[in-house]
Amino acid sequence: MITFIQIVLSILLLFGCFFILVGALGLVKLSTFFKRLHAPTKASTLGVGCVLVGSVCYHIFLGEDPQPRELLITVFLFITAPISAHMMAKAALSLLMETRPELPGHKTAKEEQLPPPEPRRDDADADDAKAPISRDSQ
Amino acid sequence: MTGHMFIQTTMVVCMHVVGLAMLLATWRLLRGPTVPDRILALDTLSVTAIAELMLFGMYLNSAVYFEAALIIAMLGFGSTVVLSKFVLRRDIVE
Repeated sequence: MITFIQIVLSILLLFGCFFILVGALGLVKLSTFFKRLHAPTKASTLGVGCVLVGSVCYHIFLGEDPQPRELLITVFLFITAPISAHMMAKAALSLLMETRPELPGHKTAKEEQLPPPEPRRDDADADDAKAPISRDSQ
Repeated sequence: MTGHMFIQTTMVVCMHVVGLAMLLATWRLLRGPTVPDRILALDTLSVTAIAELMLFGMYLNSAVYFEAALIIAMLGFGSTVVLSKFVLRRDIVE
């Protein structure tokens, strides 16, 4: 005799496992890193959330020890997954900074930038020129 | 087929599927062309390991694996952040 709650639990578990597998497949099959970043951070997190909710329901309805402890892991994962994805994207961006394409109209963009470092070099030269003079005056 | 057998079979199938996902993540970890790919594969491995441990705990009907899953979740997040920080700044403690 298969009860309704067992069917619902099985569907929840299979749904979660399907999304975990989709995340891992996306990690393997997609072409660039920034496409690959989407698959595990979203699909796998959803799948693990479904599995953990299924575990909570299993322990509440069918087990002997009904405590919703797995919700701790669910909440922790749902908080930390975007943070770790953001950190990985920043790390990849810092590595790929040289190979990124130039801005459209980058010549005018260069003109509109902050003042180039030549005046500062002139100041440094002036300081170097000043130093012997002050030494002479002493 | 009793209900208990039904849900136990579902758990075994799910454990095999999650194990396949772990194998795919391990393939990306070994092959990954860049360093962030390997960090992402490690993060995915920790997440799938949590699911596998919870399924195994449900299958054996024991609560021992909850603590292991919680520790893997926390250490997985910490290691991801620290590795990304190392790639970003070439330094962890500044």
